[in-house]
Amino acid sequence: MRLEWPSLRARHVWSRDLEVFRKFFISSILPFFAEPLLYILALGYGLGFFVGSIGDVPYPAFLAPGILSYSAMFAASSECTYSTFVRMHFQKTFDAVLSTPVNIEDIVLGEILWGATKSVISGVCIFAVIYALGLVRPESAVIIVPTVALVGVMFASLGMFFTSIVPTIDSFNYYFTLVISPMFLLSGVFFPLSGSNLPDFVPVIAWFMPLTHAVNVIRPAALGQYSAGFAGDILWMAVFTLVFYVISTVLMRRRLIQ
Amino acid sequence: MAIVEGTDLVKDYDGLRAVDHVSFAIDRTECFGFLGPNGAGKTTVMKMIYCRTPVTHGDVRVGGISVRMEPRQVKDMIGVATQDDTLDRDLTVFENLMVYSRYFDTPRAVARQRIGDLLARFDLTGKRDTNVDDLSGGMRRKLIVARALINDPSILILDEPTTGLDPQARRQIWDMVIRLKTEGKTIILTTHYMDEAQELCDRIAVMFSGRILECGTPEDMISRVVGAHVCEIYARDETAVREIRKNISGNMEQVGNRLYVYGDNPEELAMKCDHVRSEYRVVRRTSLEDVFLKLTGGKEIK
Ligand SMILES: Nc1ncnc2c1ncn2[C@@H]1O[C@H](COP(=O)(O)OP(=O)(O)OP(=O)(O)O)[C@@H](O)[C@H]1O
Ligand SMILES: [Mg+2]
Repeated sequence: MRLEWPSLRARHVWSRDLEVFRKFFISSILPFFAEPLLYILALGYGLGFFVGSIGDVPYPAFLAPGILSYSAMFAASSECTYSTFVRMHFQKTFDAVLSTPVNIEDIVLGEILWGATKSVISGVCIFAVIYALGLVRPESAVIIVPTVALVGVMFASLGMFFTSIVPTIDSFNYYFTLVISPMFLLSGVFFPLSGSNLPDFVPVIAWFMPLTHAVNVIRPAALGQYSAGFAGDILWMAVFTLVFYVISTVLMRRRLIQ
Repeated sequence: MAIVEGTDLVKDYDGLRAVDHVSFAIDRTECFGFLGPNGAGKTTVMKMIYCRTPVTHGDVRVGGISVRMEPRQVKDMIGVATQDDTLDRDLTVFENLMVYSRYFDTPRAVARQRIGDLLARFDLTGKRDTNVDDLSGGMRRKLIVARALINDPSILILDEPTTGLDPQARRQIWDMVIRLKTEGKTIILTTHYMDEAQELCDRIAVMFSGRILECGTPEDMISRVVGAHVCEIYARDETAVREIRKNISGNMEQVGNRLYVYGDNPEELAMKCDHVRSEYRVVRRTSLEDVFLKLTGGKEIK
């Protein structure tokens, strides 16, 4: 098998997805707001009333950047699993594309960038809302938005990896129940990992979860606590992204080019 | 001069040999047809030409460029109407063509112009903003052919372009193919309709089990393989056919309960078959259909 380099034509794959997104704008944009906002309102303010604050941070301000990170993960993940699979398998979209000069590497890159774009759209929407609620410092956008883009590419690549190996669309249930959900709960979105009375191995496991590193950067940034430690998390995510990007490209070629 | 040239092509899908040492040379402005029963390997040959599937052995050169070396350049020259429906169901007719034109890096203004022309040519102007899911089967096939022309290709690959079309729409596609040929395009076609192949193809190759059995112009194939006339004999059952076969000699082929006896001279044929007991018997001119039956009739697909 011979891999090729992706080219600028990847942008056409991205534009196609954008075009469909724009057509169904209202129904496409709704999930970005509705669910994360519910979490922030119900848990941040509802549960937060009883929790009070974590350290010296009021609970809504603690939770909001966590939820923002989660939504970035979720947007790219669902896009590059269920949606990509539908295009690839049921709608035969990629079959049509592959008889043009666009190659499979372009498709994978275009789809991943589109998944990441959805993360950014989602992240920016939520940022705007929590800014209005006074839960985030405005200048932190300079760090948060690029980080969300990286988080998007990361989970898009991971999702693409699963898309390249699943036999049926139902198999994604495993991915979401066994990978995404534990990450949602154990990456520091809802509570700090250190200092809780969970077993000691939980923070160790959490270190291997990509979402942990996203939260490690996004939460302190939102609270104005900028640090050089971000570099380590960013590097971790960059390496993880690169590994899964390459693997998913190889496996997609193997799956679609027979 | 050959614009598409396949040499000793082989395609293996894990364990299964779909194409088995096939060679062909297709000339510029020619309409070349691949015929053959289901599973013969026609689609697979085409997929190797337009670089959708890698060749296992051998090579195809398109305009002198090897599909092994420069697949992108090859794809740029080719327009493909696939056998499967691969239209984008999330988009309208216009959007389908527009999105597809971008895959070829066609400038937007050029694309708009071409889309207008294509919609008019294929009688789809009224459906411009209809979602492709709401088109009839025939309109969808026409759109697939129109889409294949969006990059103004010099080579057009049509994999069963008229399957599922009504007689009217089929002729529309035929007229289109003939016109494209006079415009200087090379057309590579598969079809299960022999009248279509005879009407459109300058040369045909009959495939079976991954191999090309015969290749030539339709007239040439007819006279070489079956001769000018055939006596078609229909008997009630297997034993009756076998009985008839015992009493006739010469070039013939049995397909089910039908026996085809070939010959150039119709009077001679009629006399030869005069004495057999059958349900139904007729002497007629041969067509490509007889060539097809003769070449692929009695054989089992592996
Ligand atoms: N992706 C694939 N993986 C495995 N086997 C395949 C694949 N595509 C085709 N084949 C096999 O290769 C052989 C040739 O198939 P092909 O599609 O080329 O036939 P065809 O002549 O186009 O038939 P039809 O007239 O039905 O379209 C068949 O036995 C088919 O099952
Ligand atoms: Mg076929």
